[in-house]
Amino acid sequence: MTTSPSHPDLRETARLIRCHSIASIYVATSGHPGGALSAADLLAYLYSAEIGDEEPRDGDLTRNRFILSKGHACPALYAALAVKGQISPTDPLQLRKLGSTMQGHPHVGALPHVETSTGSLGQGFSAALGMALGIRHQGGSGRVYVMLGDGEMQEGEVWEAAQCAAHYKLDKLTAILDYNKMQSDDLNENIIGLEPLADKWRAFGWHVVEIDGHDFAAIEAAVAEAKRTTGKPTLILAHTLKGKGVSFMENYPTWHGSVTMSLDDTEKSLIDLGVAQSDVPGWLDGTIHGGHTQ
Amino acid sequence: MSNAPQLIGSSGDSLREAFGKALVGLADEFPNLVVLDADVAGGTGAHNFRTAHGHRFYQFGIAEQNMVAAAGGMAATGLIPVVTTFAVFALRALEQARLSVAYANRNVKIVASHPGLDVGPDGASAQCLEDLAAFRAIPNMTVISPADQIETELATRAMIEHVGPVYMRTGRSPTPRIFGSEHTFKIGKGQIVRDGTDVTIVACGVQVARSLDAATLLNGEGISARVVNMATIKPLDHDLLQRCAIETGCMVTAEDHNMFGGLGGAVAESLVQRSPCPVEFIAVNDRFGQSGEPDELVQHYNLGITHIADAARRAIKRK
Ligand SMILES: Cc1ncc(C[n+]2csc(CCOP(=O)(O)OP(=O)(O)O)c2C)c(N)n1
Repeated sequence: MTTSPSHPDLRETARLIRCHSIASIYVATSGHPGGALSAADLLAYLYSAEIGDEEPRDGDLTRNRFILSKGHACPALYAALAVKGQISPTDPLQLRKLGSTMQGHPHVGALPHVETSTGSLGQGFSAALGMALGIRHQGGSGRVYVMLGDGEMQEGEVWEAAQCAAHYKLDKLTAILDYNKMQSDDLNENIIGLEPLADKWRAFGWHVVEIDGHDFAAIEAAVAEAKRTTGKPTLILAHTLKGKGVSFMENYPTWHGSVTMSLDDTEKSLIDLGVAQSDVPGWLDGTIHGGHTQ
Repeated sequence: MSNAPQLIGSSGDSLREAFGKALVGLADEFPNLVVLDADVAGGTGAHNFRTAHGHRFYQFGIAEQNMVAAAGGMAATGLIPVVTTFAVFALRALEQARLSVAYANRNVKIVASHPGLDVGPDGASAQCLEDLAAFRAIPNMTVISPADQIETELATRAMIEHVGPVYMRTGRSPTPRIFGSEHTFKIGKGQIVRDGTDVTIVACGVQVARSLDAATLLNGEGISARVVNMATIKPLDHDLLQRCAIETGCMVTAEDHNMFGGLGGAVAESLVQRSPCPVEFIAVNDRFGQSGEPDELVQHYNLGITHIADAARRAIKRK
């Protein structure tokens, strides 16, 4: 793994995203860790380099937007917002709590930094395409990034949207596939195989860049390539590891979720991530243990 | 309000054409309005907008789920997307309407033509007897079913002026003119279109004209029937219903929809909580439709004028 020359802190950012994600899922006593951890490096890059600090307002057509179409991985999205300082560092610990802005799947009505409500797979991609279309219709310059899961690609709506985005030559729309090869119950190939995936997207009229989704230099180069590409949308096909960063989760579909993490699981995860408990907001002051029903 | 049936004749347009033309007329006033179609613009009335404002017309192809969720995204950039398709295909994107439109509370209008048995010979696969129930069950969603061309024009404007998700049902067949140019439409308000004292017939869409005819029939027998046009199924005009229940003591609901969950269900829910009275339902009795001319289907499925009148007599007996 190399870090990006222009963003030297990415490794630390990603580490913090992972640590907030784990802590919030532990406190919530449910949530999806595997797909949050696989996406953490991609999110670290996007929120460091591409997504600005602007208040998310509908009419602002110059800001870039990010939509997490695989909404179940929202602990990583909330963590990215917390690390960036757009929400408070302890907000993610409200994950899945009654009345919380940190809904179990992202909801724009609860947290405006979320661009649209997701959680039903496939829809966030269409919504992102609609945003790209709406921005272009009104002459805006904002780019739209959307993250998809590999299992999500079995949903027909994804291919409806892929055709549509290519038809409208939405070159400011960039889809990022968190290609961790696993979905809820099993490996993709044991559920419904996806390959040859890059060929499928190319055949649908997309520009495809294939990278290691944990390599920051590669992520940066891929995003730059997407920005240079005109006349077609770009898919960044990012090979990742489900559960990345936590040794006992890596490549175990059982950690897809929605799981309850024990204190022991959580402590082991933090050790793997190289995070001291004192680094986790709320760990030492009792917020975390207060919220956890053991 | 008038004591005489107001049917002006059956010449005019269908509701879908009235909607399409009204939309064209609103384009200048609402520069953010865009229209989305799934390859049925010729059928929904949206072709009028395509011709007049092609650059504001987006073709999504036969991909309704993507279209509805994308409309949510377009609204998130400040546009007012009007999604047009046939009612049954809007149903296909119900979950997209739920999550990406209603839950996200986006300013999207879903306008569905070809509802009910009125679709006719295409048969059950193209008919839609479930949409009012389905869309009504979604929080934040306003549900409208206008009765004639004038009301469709007014409802189209009201829907665009209203900020928030709306589902509106138009219609395929040419529909009798009921209202004159003085007619008004307000979301959430029903009107008494013919007064009466023995029974209230609450109707929406194509069934309003038939209910007026049924009231005339009953009048010949000395039964005084009130007819209420309930063009907004949600939010429902509870006050008017309560008043009618108290004043006439029984009701009939009439809709081109399944018996469950549509106008009849909504009226019954309202009355049991506020002012219970006998209610008879004129609706399709939990069956699928089939091929046939709309008029034949109306008779076959007991939605006709005489069926409404029979229901009114039954309701009165149960008082
Ligand atoms: C339409 C829909 N069907 C089913 C689900 C339930 N579900 C949640 S996550 C998931 C697996 C997703 O796998 P993938 O897209 O590969 O995500 P990742 O592995 O990156 O977490 C499923 C089936 C859903 N959220 N939406």
